[in-house]
Amino acid sequence: MHSDHPTITFLISTVTFLVSLHLPARFVNGQSGFQFEQNTPWISTPNIHYHMGVDGISLWLVVLTTFLVPFCVLISWKSIHERVKEFFILMLLLETAMIGVFMALDLFLFYFFWEATLIPMALLIGMYGHERKIYAAVKFFLYTMVASVFMLAAILWLYAKTGTFDFVAIQQAIQGGQVAGFTGAATLLFLGFFIAFAVKVPLFPLHTWLPDAHVEAPTAGSVLLAGVLLKMGTYGLLRFNLGLFPEQARQNAPWIITLAIIGIIYGALVAMVQPNMKKLIAYSSVSHLGFVVLGTFSFTQAGIDGAVYQMLNHGISTGALFMLAGILYERRHTYDLKEFGGLATPMPVYATFFLVITLSSIGLPLMNGFVGEFLILSGAFQARAVYGVLAASGVIWSACYMLWMYQKVFYGNVTVPVNNSLPDLNGRERTALWPMALLALIMGVWPMAWMDSIDATVARVVPVLSGAPVSAHSIPATNEIEKPNVAEVSGR
Amino acid sequence: MSPIPSIDYIRILPEIILIVFGTIVMMADPLFDDHNDRKSLGVVSAIGVIAAIAATIYQSAPRFHGDGFFNMVRVDAFSIFFHMVVLLVALASILMSFEYLSVQHLKHGEYYGLILYGAVGMGLMASATELVLIFIALEISSISTYVLAGFRRKHAESTESSVKYFLLGSFATAFFLYGVALMFGATGSTQVDTIAAALKNGAPTLAYVAVALMCVGLGFKVAAAPFHTWTPDVYEGAPAPVVGLMSTAPKAAAFAVLLRVLFGTGAPGWFWMIWVTAALSMTIGNLGALVQSNVKRMLAYSSIAHAGYLLVAFAAVKNLENGISAAIFYAASYAAMNVGAFAVVSHFASAGEKYVQIDDYAGLGRRAPVLAGVLTVFLLSLIGIPITGGFFAKFYVFSAALRSSLIWLTIIGVVNSAIGAYYYLRIIVMMYMREPQTEAEVPAVPFGLALALSMSLVATIYLGVLPNRVLGYALQSARDLLR
Repeated sequence: MHSDHPTITFLISTVTFLVSLHLPARFVNGQSGFQFEQNTPWISTPNIHYHMGVDGISLWLVVLTTFLVPFCVLISWKSIHERVKEFFILMLLLETAMIGVFMALDLFLFYFFWEATLIPMALLIGMYGHERKIYAAVKFFLYTMVASVFMLAAILWLYAKTGTFDFVAIQQAIQGGQVAGFTGAATLLFLGFFIAFAVKVPLFPLHTWLPDAHVEAPTAGSVLLAGVLLKMGTYGLLRFNLGLFPEQARQNAPWIITLAIIGIIYGALVAMVQPNMKKLIAYSSVSHLGFVVLGTFSFTQAGIDGAVYQMLNHGISTGALFMLAGILYERRHTYDLKEFGGLATPMPVYATFFLVITLSSIGLPLMNGFVGEFLILSGAFQARAVYGVLAASGVIWSACYMLWMYQKVFYGNVTVPVNNSLPDLNGRERTALWPMALLALIMGVWPMAWMDSIDATVARVVPVLSGAPVSAHSIPATNEIEKPNVAEVSGR
Repeated sequence: MSPIPSIDYIRILPEIILIVFGTIVMMADPLFDDHNDRKSLGVVSAIGVIAAIAATIYQSAPRFHGDGFFNMVRVDAFSIFFHMVVLLVALASILMSFEYLSVQHLKHGEYYGLILYGAVGMGLMASATELVLIFIALEISSISTYVLAGFRRKHAESTESSVKYFLLGSFATAFFLYGVALMFGATGSTQVDTIAAALKNGAPTLAYVAVALMCVGLGFKVAAAPFHTWTPDVYEGAPAPVVGLMSTAPKAAAFAVLLRVLFGTGAPGWFWMIWVTAALSMTIGNLGALVQSNVKRMLAYSSIAHAGYLLVAFAAVKNLENGISAAIFYAASYAAMNVGAFAVVSHFASAGEKYVQIDDYAGLGRRAPVLAGVLTVFLLSLIGIPITGGFFAKFYVFSAALRSSLIWLTIIGVVNSAIGAYYYLRIIVMMYMREPQTEAEVPAVPFGLALALSMSLVATIYLGVLPNRVLGYALQSARDLLR
């Protein structure tokens, strides 16, 4: 059945992307506060404003979102056969909500967009997924929904005490000590936000929805889930948990970092034994996102810089991996690694793209993953050497499982005869993959293009967190070996 | 005794209009032959309700505000707000019944008459300030609903529903009446303001008992736990449009009475009673709904849960205006979304209410995309997803509770809304993610139903996007009530 829906959606999302490029083009690095702000009153009781804006942290996440959607459309062009119109409607709704999450500066608006991402994503999984789609969709929905209720409770508490939802106003009120009863409630509030974000990230042991959701989701769903939705969790941790509750973040950092490191290692080990390609990539996300959380809670310039950068990297590389998995699924209707082997012969171009992305994902120097992981690890070492040591082992594991998978799929002889006649990438698929691969390379050799704006924003966040002034512009601040975070807190 | 000034008649104008139209419908019914589907009587009743709405708007001019009939009825923002809710629900119910009655072969005009008479009772419940009149209004509204519940008289479960509702309902009204009598004994009056004045200087023990008894009676009417046991059976058996009506309009009116009795009289000693009732209703309602396989029963338990959320606002006593306006807003938005949900359910049920199991909704998203989409909006609103009325309703209730430092009640409520998401979601999952089990055609949506659906859809979304105006009315109502 021929239809114009993909074409129209592709055009819309491409225009959105092009328009979104004016954000980095006109962004003023180092300017304090948010930029491109829009603040219009919406509802007077409760006091809700349509308050949007970006800083160096959210800027690139918005662009990442608008960048990925057109490729998701390209990749779904032929794979959706029924209810095509609905599919693309849901995709654009999802894009709106995702951009909203990254830009909202009003806590209510943020919560609204946060919830709004849930419905289209759950429907994408449940309507267009594979065999166990309903189970996966419901699990996804309930996990996120239940967790975000706690965030809503925390938001309501803040509103009840401050009379505003405005992020900046609440932040100032907390810093100025003007919120009555804050000391008593702060830890609960921190946890309220934390649990919502931790499920989304997902942080071990709240990750169990992710493999199911990924395996069952259609390709475009997986790409956006891994590429953008998971980043909503790490973005939330950075923006709200660190932004609003720096002291509680410091108090709770040890166990959060412990969970992150468990996630890094556990995710990698589980990925290693997966017989299913998509599940393997899903568990690798658990591991990679553990790095992001680790960097965030290291409270160092390098760590947080790396965390933000790694969010973008993971969006590109894992997004591309899911696209590649989807391309293979379209040809063979299976993700089972046993079904493949020796694919490098019939599909050389595909194998090359897969290799580039694999290398980016395992963090080979000159690829984007290296920059992010290096920064995070150096931040972790600064925070505590043992964090760095343990997390660094994750890098080795990721090389193991990714290369192992690559070997199983592409090397050796073709074991399943039908694979001999698999067509290589067509023009549409190449169009979708070229930018991804190029970007993985460019982000690896020229990170400063992104880092300048990230670094300046993070530089203003870090001093508040560590409670001590940090040299303003530097990537790894090597003079501080170990921050006495924990000792400082216990002395309080 | 002084003569009744003519302005007093305007203060009950909506009721007068409804009685006139109701009687016209009753008298005209025998003129039709047995095969006529009585649609024209439905149209007449709809016109009657619209006229009553117009009368309510006319009443809202400040010069008509005040007490009438020897301080028995009062027109103020509070009464007008609840009149509007009740009348709009009645209008939607009438519109959705046109088709329902002919599909179910229930060709009786008194159906419409009973809705109109019921609306008279509910309207009076909102404006009465005298306990005996409140009791009479309660009876008028209840008796109409008892009969309506049994309207599918060829079906055993409908008759069961009616009898059960009638027996338990009469028992509950007796409790209420007993409470009224004791209140009279305690304060020497049945007029709300006089009672308030008498209770100001300390309440006798008798007043505490009286309040408790009245709360039992009203707790039954609003289906709050532990007085909720009738709800699932009655809702399951009663005709679907009637359930849409009786789960919203009489409930809203009973909440109006509860507000009047508890806050208008400054009644003592009910805080923990309401607290426990709210917590119980939310929990029992949601847990009960989880295990239902019949949509009507599920929505019955859901309505118990929603009564619980609403009662949370009652317990927010540290900031009365806030709490009461939250309760009023909740009543309005619950009415909008629940009537809408039942409109879809009653259309989809088909002849003999064949399709009311959750499994029957499989693949509805494919078989009837528009209907499924509309139902999805109502269900999302019942869950409390933002930009629907249900979200702000819950939002105002819980933020009022937090401002009154009801931390635990808020936590119970929030956890309950999370549980609630599951069973509403089940229907959405059914509609969109399962394959249809039958190829049976879903009948096209007729005009009346489309009108009823659009009314509730617009209201649900309007309350979710621009809640300020209605919240403003709710606040004004709360102020008028407390004056």
